[in-house]
Amino acid sequence: MTSKRKWLSAPYTLWSVVFIIIPLCMIFYYGLTDKTGAFTLENIAAIATAEHAKALRLSILLSLISTLICFLLAYPLAMILANMKVSQHSFIILIFILPMWMNFLLRTLAWQTLLEKSGVINNILTFLHLPNINIINTPYAIILGMVYNFLPFMVLPLYNALSKIDENVINAARDLGADSIHTFFRITLPLSVPGIISGISMVFVPALTTFVISSLLGGSKILLIGNVIDQEFTQASNWHLGSGLSIVLMIFIILNMIASAVFDKEGEGSML
Amino acid sequence: MSKELIHLNSISKSFDGQMVLDELNLTIHENEFVTLLGPSGCGKTTTLRILGGFATPDTGSVIFDGQDITKLPPNLRPLNTVFQKYALFTHMNIAENIAFGLKIKKKSREYIADKIRYALKLVNLEGYENRMPDSLSGGQQQRIAIARAIVNEPRVLLLDEPLGALDLKLRQEMQYELIRMKNELGITFVYVTHDQEEALTMSDTIVVMNQGYIQQIGSPESIYNEPENAFVADFIGDSNIISATMIEDKLVSILGARFACVDTGFGHNKPVDVVIRPEDVELVSPAEGTLQGVVSHLIFKGVHYEMEVNAGGFEWLVHSTALHPVGENVGIRVDPYNIQIMNKPESEDEEAVAIDI
Amino acid sequence: MRNALKKFYIALIFLFLYAPIATLMVLSFNASKTRAKWGGFTFKWYAQLARNDDILRALGNTLLIALFSSVIATVIGTIACIAMNHMKKRTRTIMMGVTNIPMLNADIVTGISLMLLFISFGFRFGFGTILLSHITFNIPYVILSVMPRMKQLKPSIYEAALDLGASPVTAFFKVVFPDLMPGILSGFLMAFTMSLDDFIITHFTKGAGVDTLSTKIYTEVRKGIKPEMYALSTIIFAAVLVLLLLVNAAPEKKDKNRHPV
Repeated sequence: MTSKRKWLSAPYTLWSVVFIIIPLCMIFYYGLTDKTGAFTLENIAAIATAEHAKALRLSILLSLISTLICFLLAYPLAMILANMKVSQHSFIILIFILPMWMNFLLRTLAWQTLLEKSGVINNILTFLHLPNINIINTPYAIILGMVYNFLPFMVLPLYNALSKIDENVINAARDLGADSIHTFFRITLPLSVPGIISGISMVFVPALTTFVISSLLGGSKILLIGNVIDQEFTQASNWHLGSGLSIVLMIFIILNMIASAVFDKEGEGSML
Repeated sequence: MSKELIHLNSISKSFDGQMVLDELNLTIHENEFVTLLGPSGCGKTTTLRILGGFATPDTGSVIFDGQDITKLPPNLRPLNTVFQKYALFTHMNIAENIAFGLKIKKKSREYIADKIRYALKLVNLEGYENRMPDSLSGGQQQRIAIARAIVNEPRVLLLDEPLGALDLKLRQEMQYELIRMKNELGITFVYVTHDQEEALTMSDTIVVMNQGYIQQIGSPESIYNEPENAFVADFIGDSNIISATMIEDKLVSILGARFACVDTGFGHNKPVDVVIRPEDVELVSPAEGTLQGVVSHLIFKGVHYEMEVNAGGFEWLVHSTALHPVGENVGIRVDPYNIQIMNKPESEDEEAVAIDI
Repeated sequence: MRNALKKFYIALIFLFLYAPIATLMVLSFNASKTRAKWGGFTFKWYAQLARNDDILRALGNTLLIALFSSVIATVIGTIACIAMNHMKKRTRTIMMGVTNIPMLNADIVTGISLMLLFISFGFRFGFGTILLSHITFNIPYVILSVMPRMKQLKPSIYEAALDLGASPVTAFFKVVFPDLMPGILSGFLMAFTMSLDDFIITHFTKGAGVDTLSTKIYTEVRKGIKPEMYALSTIIFAAVLVLLLLVNAAPEKKDKNRHPV
């Protein structure tokens, strides 16, 4: 029996070695060698060049801002949803996954239509005698695109973590004299930390590394680190440099993974 | 009786159109151990939640020490609750859990440290300050939940089935612990349970509830010995509940045989229910018995034998230390003061009690 | 008052999430070819869609890849869960760690790494490489939905079936499998959705000549999106919506505290 079970794990083990582990090693191989195959740290050091450093700084800034906005928007929403005591968790999750059935690129492009100078939003603002907004092709539009695309990934883990909190634990805090503000900061917030960490990593990593949102909403002038890497692979065909820059990105990703592993041992904050 | 502390004034509460409490009136005195006892869905937990401030009654008021606290939020009430399944804060260690209420009241560091030591001593868990709740057993978590509540020096401690999740032996131990703690603290306990044995062991006063109504309020002895209706009799302990006719004062006809009793004032030839506890049924020789029958079942229960005797067309439940083998002809005799006469239930509701524990 | 505020907030968020979708739907009926202005109501893009072989081929690729990759990922992932359930804790932790890599890693890194793999080992880029990549990022979704149900499963159920005379295989398919079914199903749906919505990984692993809807749209961005694309997305979205409403309208069965999704 035991031998049979061992055999059961073979397909996935093999798959993950070939398609997860080895490909990651390839990035390190290319990132740490030059075109002749000799070892070099040049590709990683390239991040320090003015152009690359600027792209990385902008990426970090924009992704931090959008992660923060996502968190601030999502937390109250997740609390409201968790308190509604809907018997069907799946229904709520569905509402947030449903938009994914409309192509991600099209959804993001639709914001162009909404944000344009004479677009829908400005028409409404004009009608209400409010000043128009003009953010298309600016970093603000990129932030909006990031928040729009990644908000569900913040809401779902938070919602999951919050709905797992026993109602009596909240009642107990109230019973012991805590007002609602105290109860929130001393009990609800700390107990939802797994969800917060998971939500942050689910939003921060894709926002940091995106090249699509910036090229769709940011015009062609704004380059994020994702755009730089994409260009190295698809236009310049300098895989070594692209891999080197990816290794730099992976440092952030690994930090994120460690944070999730430390704070979310039980998978309490998982999205599903 | 000591001073009146809490008064529930015709409280009604319904959830989704379903009446959970109907015009409930209840008075709780200072330093009393009151148990709300009843099957699940009887309204006992809702009553406790209304006391704690976690539910607002639809109508009626909660008077605490002369003041109306019906609308007061839980954090401002001078009561504390020990929750079902403990509801400990899993992200804090034991000391932080216990200190929670005191820190909110901005007590001094020394005062809090003192209180934690005192509370842990009271619940026999000295030295557990730095443990996390998850690393404790169910019984220990229960004690911490109690410690966390009592350090706030509430005038009333509400306990919602606190022993429900513990195994039998631990439960019995904790019953004695609770009585000891109550005596040491000298405060009022309002205790909710569906376990009649727990209620009988610990309470000064038992409030038997069913379907949103109070069925009987009284001391454990009076609830056990003088149940006011068939529901109470059936819910508290084993009993023989038999339809009978009150012939006249102090004489009742049970299954065709005339039994002397001590009750008066039920009228002449009036249909009643009688309750006879199994340990009050005496098995004698057929000639000596008021009613004759045959032993149909026999089980050894440790302290006594449990027998069923078919007599007068009714299966009598009998507890006795004397063995009567199956098939033996016996006579049944009951002392007059062990026959409890009750009026027949007036409403259909009361009769159709579903007891699910 | 408080409740009204809460409802208003929820409504605002949903407006934010669904406004672009509504916009696309409106655009699919716009007679004018540019996004910028409304030229009257028309069905002509829907008619032209039926004749646009390019888009239909991309749709076919997208659906086939989503279907194949999610089915294969579901099979591999479910088997992996069964295997992991009996592993030593340490081995399981390592396996779950590896599983989390494609979930937590950036899509761009996953895409690049697979691209480098395919180049180095001489794979021919096309349908096959896209499929392999999609299976790779789909397996974690399956494992993460099946694993929690696996943990909830009481071993006594399986043992009871054996005790009652079932063979291990029968016991698995008759008692364990039905209990895992909701997890497997939601994992499959999740995988299908993710595959359908993926752009980045496909972008790096597709090579020339083969397109999915995502990559087709991306190349069209500069030239201007063909309105047929809006029509197609509207049809897909409406179809999914109707399907979901039907499923949700069906009487709710079984226990409610099942694992979500």
